[in-house]
Amino acid sequence: MSEMLRIRNLTKRFGALTAVDDISLAVDRGEVLGFLGPNGAGKSTTMKMVTGFLPPTSGTAELCGFDVTRDPIEVKRRVGYLPEGAPLYEDMTPLAFLNFVGEVRGIPAAERAGAIERAAGLIHIGEVMLQPIGTLSKGYKRRVGLAQAIVHDPEVLILDEPTDGLDPNQKHEVRELIAKMAEDKAIVISTHLLEEVEAVCTRAAIISRGKIVVDGTPDGLLARSRYRNAVSVRTGLAQADAVAGVLRAVEAIERVEAGARDSQSAEFVAVPANGAVILPLVAQALHANGLAVYEISAERGRLDEVFRTLTVGE
Amino acid sequence: MRATTAICKRELIAYFSTPLAYVFIVIFLALTGAVTFYFGGFFDRGQADLQAFFSFHPWLYLFLIPAVGMRLWAEERKTGTIELLMTLPVSTTHAVLGKFLASWIFAAIALALTFPIWITVNYLGAPDNGVIVAGYIASLLMAGAFLSIGCFVSALTRNQVIAFVIAAAVCFVFMMSGLELVLAAFKGWAPTFLVDLIASLSFLTHFEGIIKGVLDIRDVIYLLSAMVIFLFANRLVIDLKRGD
Repeated sequence: MSEMLRIRNLTKRFGALTAVDDISLAVDRGEVLGFLGPNGAGKSTTMKMVTGFLPPTSGTAELCGFDVTRDPIEVKRRVGYLPEGAPLYEDMTPLAFLNFVGEVRGIPAAERAGAIERAAGLIHIGEVMLQPIGTLSKGYKRRVGLAQAIVHDPEVLILDEPTDGLDPNQKHEVRELIAKMAEDKAIVISTHLLEEVEAVCTRAAIISRGKIVVDGTPDGLLARSRYRNAVSVRTGLAQADAVAGVLRAVEAIERVEAGARDSQSAEFVAVPANGAVILPLVAQALHANGLAVYEISAERGRLDEVFRTLTVGE
Repeated sequence: MRATTAICKRELIAYFSTPLAYVFIVIFLALTGAVTFYFGGFFDRGQADLQAFFSFHPWLYLFLIPAVGMRLWAEERKTGTIELLMTLPVSTTHAVLGKFLASWIFAAIALALTFPIWITVNYLGAPDNGVIVAGYIASLLMAGAFLSIGCFVSALTRNQVIAFVIAAAVCFVFMMSGLELVLAAFKGWAPTFLVDLIASLSFLTHFEGIIKGVLDIRDVIYLLSAMVIFLFANRLVIDLKRGD
């Protein structure tokens, strides 16, 4: 069975507010689904329902074939969950805390120490295992939360903003860890960091006002960008006007935008019509006119722009 | 069961990892000693029993026990760990039981540490130790009943101070319902059966029955069922109010 998580028409209403509105999606083993959306879009609420914390108003979530409303315990056994903000029992040490989680999860006493050691090793928290969690830095707390989510080697991992509060090195580590674990698990992470989607996710779903507005590969999302295959050209100020003129003359180019300008050089962004590939045409035109440039590069698309269009646009 | 044990153990360790446990135990022992000897007239009674000791327990419990129970759920709500706990494979019932048992065991430890007074009374005279055992059982049941109220109230709020005050008030009402203070408010107009019903709800009536040495099974069942009812209410509150 490769489909590990299936959500059907999941809806959650709080009074008059519809936080999650008829969401359906499926995640397979080996996939890392990035749940993207502005704050308050319904990411966390969806995760809370999938992990059995909040009861859905309607719709179902199934994990490994178990319905979260009918068999919550079976679902919770198979999922590792990092709640938003990584809440922890701050009076405990990571060792005592992981031992507690392992015990509640029914890891036999004989195997527990090994399981904790493995999780602590993967997340690199070995050196703080005996300090009270309350005294740890934000980064360590987050990592203790992650260790808690993987201590039982779950089949499905649901991580609500796993890299929030981590420094760039720690972020990198956590992303590598997620990529490594993805081989035999289904992973859902929520984030508002767009770079994270490109770094670790095999699929991205953008959610806005409780609805999924797009669900596809990160590259598929980039393809929706106005800047798909746009070419940026940096040239000396002396030739700036000439370069702009040449770019405007290329037929496949819909628009030429002026980019950053400093004391020596100016940048132009040539936006193609319908995301056509224009880099060879641009290079050819510049060459034909004998214009030298400092820098020329094609863009894959701008995720932040896609994100804004999809979540603010309507 | 496994999860209940794990939660119970965690909570019990949590009590002793903060000063609360030691403050509670010291105050409880100091107060039981003080009230037994001064207000209870332990020596003046000239009787080898622990009536003077036990009869003040409900009054001490009234404000000490809510302090033991207030943390249990309110803190989980406040720090958000309730989300962690309730997404572990444990049923609400097991979580409620684990927390309640931890607080009850803690109260039992405090109660057990009053053993010097038992030794003292045995040294001074020849008390009926059966009555004393009954007294300890009554006190433990009373603590359990108050704790179940404390757990229930703690589940309603994320503020520990509110949990403390409301639990103390609810405990007070249940304790006093057998006394004139409460009954007088009903006697003028309510039918006798209702007044009797309210009076029979009193923890104190059942408690005093037992400490006199009459370990009536009905009194025991009454206090146990009060625990079951409040813990059931606790479970309902947790299930219905997850997100707030």
